[in-house]
Amino acid sequence: MGKDLIQKSLKDSLFTGIIALALFGPIVGLRTVAKNEVLVVEPKWFVVLLIVIFCAVGRFFINLYTFRKEQRRGEQSSFGKAVSNFLDEKGAQIAIAAIAFSIIFPFMPFADRYWMDIAIMMMTYIMLGWGLNIVIGLAGLLDLGYVAFYAVGAYSYALFAIHFGWSFWICLPIAGLFAGMFGILLGFPVLRLRGDYLAIVTLAFGEMIRILLLNWYELTKGPDGLTGIPRPSFFGLPFKRYPDEGVETFHTFFGLEYDPMQRIIFLYYLILILALITNAFTIKIRRLPVGRAWEALREDEIACKSLGVNPRNTKLTAFAVGAMFGGFAGSFFATRQAFISPESFTFIESAIIVAIVVLGGMGSQTGVVLSTIFLIGLIEVFRDFESYRMVAFGGAMVLIMVFRPRGILAKRKPTIMMGKHG
Amino acid sequence: MLNISKVETFYGNIQALRGVDVKVNDGEIVALIGSNGAGKSTLLMTISGVNKAATGEILFESKSIANLPPHDIVNLGISQVPEGRRIFSRLTVEDNLRLGASVNEKGKNFDQDSKDVYDLFPVLKDRLSQRGGTLSGGEQQMLAIGRAMMARPRMLLLDEPSLGIAPKLVNQIFASIKNINKEKKVTVFLVEQNAKKALELADRGYVLVNGKISLEGAGKDLLNNPDVQAAYLEGGK
Repeated sequence: MGKDLIQKSLKDSLFTGIIALALFGPIVGLRTVAKNEVLVVEPKWFVVLLIVIFCAVGRFFINLYTFRKEQRRGEQSSFGKAVSNFLDEKGAQIAIAAIAFSIIFPFMPFADRYWMDIAIMMMTYIMLGWGLNIVIGLAGLLDLGYVAFYAVGAYSYALFAIHFGWSFWICLPIAGLFAGMFGILLGFPVLRLRGDYLAIVTLAFGEMIRILLLNWYELTKGPDGLTGIPRPSFFGLPFKRYPDEGVETFHTFFGLEYDPMQRIIFLYYLILILALITNAFTIKIRRLPVGRAWEALREDEIACKSLGVNPRNTKLTAFAVGAMFGGFAGSFFATRQAFISPESFTFIESAIIVAIVVLGGMGSQTGVVLSTIFLIGLIEVFRDFESYRMVAFGGAMVLIMVFRPRGILAKRKPTIMMGKHG
Repeated sequence: MLNISKVETFYGNIQALRGVDVKVNDGEIVALIGSNGAGKSTLLMTISGVNKAATGEILFESKSIANLPPHDIVNLGISQVPEGRRIFSRLTVEDNLRLGASVNEKGKNFDQDSKDVYDLFPVLKDRLSQRGGTLSGGEQQMLAIGRAMMARPRMLLLDEPSLGIAPKLVNQIFASIKNINKEKKVTVFLVEQNAKKALELADRGYVLVNGKISLEGAGKDLLNNPDVQAAYLEGGK
């Protein structure tokens, strides 16, 4: 740690302080309050000062201990390497342990309604992350509108279940099929696009679906949303305290006391199985020609063409398969909530799912699980501090990017990297 | 076997090929030499369909391929080893080979075909589970050629196989190309900057200058041609 380094870091943190001042000065420092029915500006310079000092000092230490180290930027630290190697070696055992834990989780003494709800929500995001990982991690197509397929799945499930009275197990594949078709629909116009252009179009697609749902009132009831979506049944046995005349329920069939938790536990296992299917499918398809072609396409499109891989079909299948799993997750969401409205499918959902995939380390299935637990858990912990949730979320992302720039469990290099390359 | 006539190719407004005529007969090794930017790679990309010819005709076994997409052209039996190798560096050597075999149902013969590739390049067999990017330049070139051979081509297009490779390995790779041609009966169309090596190997050669063929003839004749010597070979006047 030379004198030169400290000098550089000081200069850099001074600069950071100036930027922080320019940003937070107007945003935080000038606050309008109503006094005697007149709006007056009340300066809060002390808070601004604290923020600026925090930013500058934080930057100084990050500079000293992370950025300017001898190692090449983007190289894994020895600790990161050790973790990666450990996971490589013990990967199978850890996975089995994690699955075993997930299976017994509902019967843990602490697993009350609150914990089960969080677990179900996390599992939904893990499934979405794994689904999107096919598109982003394997095929290398940055999709910022993934929530569209989640929405299509949820709405097609809801509409079929409400209007035709079909059961969950019939509506689920239909919803997946619909979402997959929308995946192809999105795929066609973006075949020639790459990178940032692709991202913009997919982002727009996500918004289009949401606005369509908002405005097609006859079909979707617009902002009112769809209510009374049937709950799933246990192979025909509903989870109800007072069933309709002559209908056997889950608890009477198994001779149990009625307990609302039974339905929650069933939902938990349902999403667990759906998520595990997604994961198993991804692991399997990576070894099949189509999965291999996805990864090859991510690496080098021209080489793919010269080997006779059809890039059009390859991209379309990636979009379709990824979308299908989004659709499955959407069906689950609809049946769990029993109510859906376009509000559940805003861009922030897409952003969270992309963040899960990218922060986990693109292409890493375990990384998706870890970053989901980290990010969704964090959002949950900050539930009581409503207004600070997004701040915490952003802070978490910054921390991961500072300390693990390639994602928690990344093996591939990022497409863009700040700083000098050795 | 391959008949190219009056082909013109553009990149946007820039014309890269200005009416190229090239003929490759069954069983031949034909070399195309020329300086940087003459349009050599463009011609190969145009044959394989990655670039499209604006005008002109490309016949492969009397079938027009000028408007076919690249994967159909590979299916017809033309495989390309692109410039700079372009192997999939984060996939394993085996996956690279499997991708070469992914065209139509030929993947079924993976065991047989990969054995043929290992006979050509024994080093690849020891590296099957290694990532492509960890191979040396020469090994990567071998992998790129082996990958193209997995599609069982009848014609192999090679773009600068000597680029950035140690001289000793260049000799080995050129020997393999000859082997592919003689033993496996694959017609070879080769683009090279290394004019001496290419013309020594080739039955016939073409010289491409500014998007046009300026000279053609038997490989040995071109080697001894004073103009070629002056422009592309060491020791020229």
